[in-house]
Amino acid sequence: MMAKKSNQRPFHKEFSAEQQLEAFRRMCVIRRFEETAEDSYMRGLTHGTMHLSIGQEASAVGATMGLRKTDYITSTHRGHGHCIGKGADPKLMLAEFFGKEEGYCRGRGGSMHIADIESGNLGANGIVAGGIPIAVGAALAIKKQKRDDVALCFFGDGATNEGAFHESLNMAAIWRLPVIFVCENNKYGMSVSTERSMAVANVADRASAYNMPGVMVDGNRIEDVSEAVSEATARARRGDGPTLIECKTYRTRGHSRSDRNRYRTKEEIEDWKLRDPITLFEAELLAHGIATQAEIAGIHASVATEMVAGLEFAQNGTDPSPEFLTRDVYTPGAAP
Amino acid sequence: MSRELSFAQAIQEALATAMEADERVFIMGEDIGVYGGAFQVTGDLVHRFGEDRVMDTPISELGAAGVAVGAALAGSRPILEFQFSDFATLAMEQIVNQAAKLRFMLGGKVSVPLVMRLPCGSGTGAAAQHSQSLEAWLAHVPGLKVVQPSTPHDAKGLLLAAIDDPDPVMIFEHKLLYKIKGDVPEEAYRVPIGKAAIRREGRDVTIVATAIMVHRALEAAEVLAGEGIEVEVIDLRSLRPLDKETIIASVMKTSRLACVYEGVKTLGIGAEISAMIAESEAFDFLDAPILRLGGAEVPIPYNPVLEKAAVPQMENIVEQVRNLARGKI
Repeated sequence: MMAKKSNQRPFHKEFSAEQQLEAFRRMCVIRRFEETAEDSYMRGLTHGTMHLSIGQEASAVGATMGLRKTDYITSTHRGHGHCIGKGADPKLMLAEFFGKEEGYCRGRGGSMHIADIESGNLGANGIVAGGIPIAVGAALAIKKQKRDDVALCFFGDGATNEGAFHESLNMAAIWRLPVIFVCENNKYGMSVSTERSMAVANVADRASAYNMPGVMVDGNRIEDVSEAVSEATARARRGDGPTLIECKTYRTRGHSRSDRNRYRTKEEIEDWKLRDPITLFEAELLAHGIATQAEIAGIHASVATEMVAGLEFAQNGTDPSPEFLTRDVYTPGAAP
Repeated sequence: MSRELSFAQAIQEALATAMEADERVFIMGEDIGVYGGAFQVTGDLVHRFGEDRVMDTPISELGAAGVAVGAALAGSRPILEFQFSDFATLAMEQIVNQAAKLRFMLGGKVSVPLVMRLPCGSGTGAAAQHSQSLEAWLAHVPGLKVVQPSTPHDAKGLLLAAIDDPDPVMIFEHKLLYKIKGDVPEEAYRVPIGKAAIRREGRDVTIVATAIMVHRALEAAEVLAGEGIEVEVIDLRSLRPLDKETIIASVMKTSRLACVYEGVKTLGIGAEISAMIAESEAFDFLDAPILRLGGAEVPIPYNPVLEKAAVPQMENIVEQVRNLARGKI
């Protein structure tokens, strides 16, 4: 299947105007969350590292907006968007970013390990492809428990060169498990381009080796992402097995804080910024009369206010005490 | 009621007991279905419980380990059999980075209740890639529990305890033990994780041994008893958590310690036990240097003479523990 070019096509009919506006709001939250995180880091308020997904918000929200709370996702080191898409509270994410007890992982995980089990998010992951077999295992449990939930698994183009990716797709296919494999192909595994690291042109081409549908979409158009994921989700819920979806997208920030952008041109980055997923979606919402200019401005303003409050909440959080350093290595009550 | 079962039969009985008691429990692994497992541990279980609960996996150790982690997170109770513990090297990512750390990284909001069964050890002529003793590798990782039964009784009891446990438990099963027989109660009993067992009491030397080495140490103790040397033999059973109290109390009684294990001597479990004693109140009670009898610094060779020479044998234990007892070390 080729990428769709129907730029004027209305949003997938499955989603109401209200849901579309909520999706738009979440994309704005992701953007503002990451800008807030980046700014905090630059100001020396937080330490460690982070991987920003600015420019990839459409795939994160498009893939999660049709999921239920009981569906699972597994995520990546670039996972802030997935987490927010699945319903996490950004203020608790910011608290985690600041290493506070109030954070999702009580300050033990940081940016790369944010999870929200309550909302079905089994966690970001610091290991490339680490979450892929875990999603397959969650799907196996779903099948064993005779639920009609799904496991949706995010990963980047780089992960598709890991053995875990291939082993996982194979197992999901032979056992017909309810998994949606969502590859966010942002063209680079850190600095190495897909042209230099893959012998096939598209990640979606790899699906044929596992006898599952491989779908390629414009990852910067939320409409296209959500339509492909809705089809794959319905197929998975029916018991017809997994799908691989490739979202062609781009991260406009570097890989992490150490990136000096030596492997790509300014022109390439600027070209992609012209196809910013939030700007594209905003234009669609206006064109189809889903939102007015004033409503859009209202969403941007409320998100900005929310992040300011979130930052304050995070900064005022509780630092974990070294007294409890080893707590939670093991489950209480079991052998120590 | 107790009756004689082999070590392999005891494990199979534990698997069946757990699957009967809890529908969340399932087992997965390579050739564990109709083939019955590389060492016939799962045997006919597939006919009793069906292919959904006795699942053959493709030859994908890393993927299968990750599937076990995901299934555990989502409410199942997976038991993954590795055909050989050597193959767990292919799955280290999921074992070490994921299974061991998820609970901690996520602030204690999840548990990862899975069991991995890992046939280990030399003595079968399978050479360097099918004979290793890598238990100390995994015992080095906080978040994992590592046990190593030496009797059919403990094989069943530790496996049932591991299945109950909310955290990931690695069970290293020495391949030479699969055929040994011993008394195994019919009921579903548990052997607590983290507790060593004193297999023979003695006043002169403490031997702390694991797996097959427990049997060799007991034979050696019998020989040494004939020479007037009374050896206390501790079956470690659990590498993480370590039963420090039992070892410390024994060393304070005997004043001499020998650690006997099959893994490579350097940085092995014997190093940890020695250091633990050196740091403990038992240190002042020592009348001799601590003796470590571990595997040679070599991959396990194929030739049977060399293979035997690469790991402690009963004769080595007798000779070295005799020297230890007589102040010749």
